[in-house]
Amino acid sequence: MCAVCGCSDDSPAHASHVRQTLDATGGTLHFGAGAARVSVPGLTQERAIQIETDILGANNRIAAHNRAHFQAHGVTALNLVSSPGSGKTTLLCATIQALKERSPNLSIAVIEGDQQTSFDAERIRATGAPAIQVNTGKGCHLDAPMVAQAFAQLHSHDHHDHDHSHDHSHHHHDHHHHHDHHHANANSLLFIENVGNLVCPAAWDLGEAAKVAILSVTEGEDKPLKYPDMFAAAQLMILNKTDLLPHVNFNVQRCIELARRVNPHIQVLQLSATSGAGMDDWLHWLDHAMEREHQHAAS
Amino acid sequence: MHEASLAGGVLQVVEDAARREGFARLLTLRLEAGQLAGVDVRALRFALDSIAPGTVLEGARIDIDEPPGQAWCMHCAQTVTLRQRGDACDVCGGFQLQPTGGLELRVVDMRVSDD
Repeated sequence: MCAVCGCSDDSPAHASHVRQTLDATGGTLHFGAGAARVSVPGLTQERAIQIETDILGANNRIAAHNRAHFQAHGVTALNLVSSPGSGKTTLLCATIQALKERSPNLSIAVIEGDQQTSFDAERIRATGAPAIQVNTGKGCHLDAPMVAQAFAQLHSHDHHDHDHSHDHSHHHHDHHHHHDHHHANANSLLFIENVGNLVCPAAWDLGEAAKVAILSVTEGEDKPLKYPDMFAAAQLMILNKTDLLPHVNFNVQRCIELARRVNPHIQVLQLSATSGAGMDDWLHWLDHAMEREHQHAAS
Repeated sequence: MHEASLAGGVLQVVEDAARREGFARLLTLRLEAGQLAGVDVRALRFALDSIAPGTVLEGARIDIDEPPGQAWCMHCAQTVTLRQRGDACDVCGGFQLQPTGGLELRVVDMRVSDD
């Protein structure tokens, strides 16, 4: 006999009817416990839930947190994206070396993203800059939580730098007096070298000030159109390995034209990390990026 | 294959909703992946099918809408259709286009059952 209603129906269907209406805490029967708050015989308790939530929302919240964190520490973070083999790491090593000569007080750190190995972080560390290697395993891109964790690790290695003050601003020009009040690590660059992949990293905000897409002239000049999302997301396109232009069939003007089709505002620099040609423009661009970040942080 | 990560993001959103709303079963789930959102819908569907077993997504029907790509043409000063990034403006043939629609990548709503 059914313990709830006293009938003689012992079938599983009836038992389940009893289970869902008998309050586990006592003998109270709830026939209107569904969201519809009413029991309609023959209808299951279905309801619609509005969600309207960004699928990348969780990542973007952490990216926003990273961005605020970077700004609070005076860090200008750049997300370097490209295909494998575009020369990102060589460019980074050359950049770090050039910056060390030009701005000895500038602190530079690198987060290296690769699926496997710490080869790239070792190359960076050989320049004297701290580097954290993030191995994504099967993952094809860095995400904001990975960067948050890597930055925390860099920062814990670096905390002794925080005590310096006011000796850092001499490279600023007169019209930036207010920068003199930042503390030492206001001059700091964080390069995030993403996994070599022109597709997936486009969608992931890491909290960077800008994405920089690097394309080497040994690749196809039509890549901006083949991988438009990345070039649409980037603020700057660097054409690397220009020393090889005489030996390859790469139409620079057409490449720039295609990049501007997907992103009318994209800036373009041409350089060779190996020969050093064009490096000054890139260092100048970095100065501007840091100034922009500081103005943003101060406002 | 960043669609696998996106599928994980979808699952997270649905699991959060399940905790908040306390429903027993997910019946249907509606997503939006805009034409300019950089998502391959077939790959996303494959990724969702792969992670569904043993999760709240198991057995649910998943609809994926693809809102059309739209852009503001700076030359024409009007909104035009943009099927893919890098295409020219349908009206003037120029490329001064700022995408304004089809960028959506979100969980819209769901139908659930309490039994």
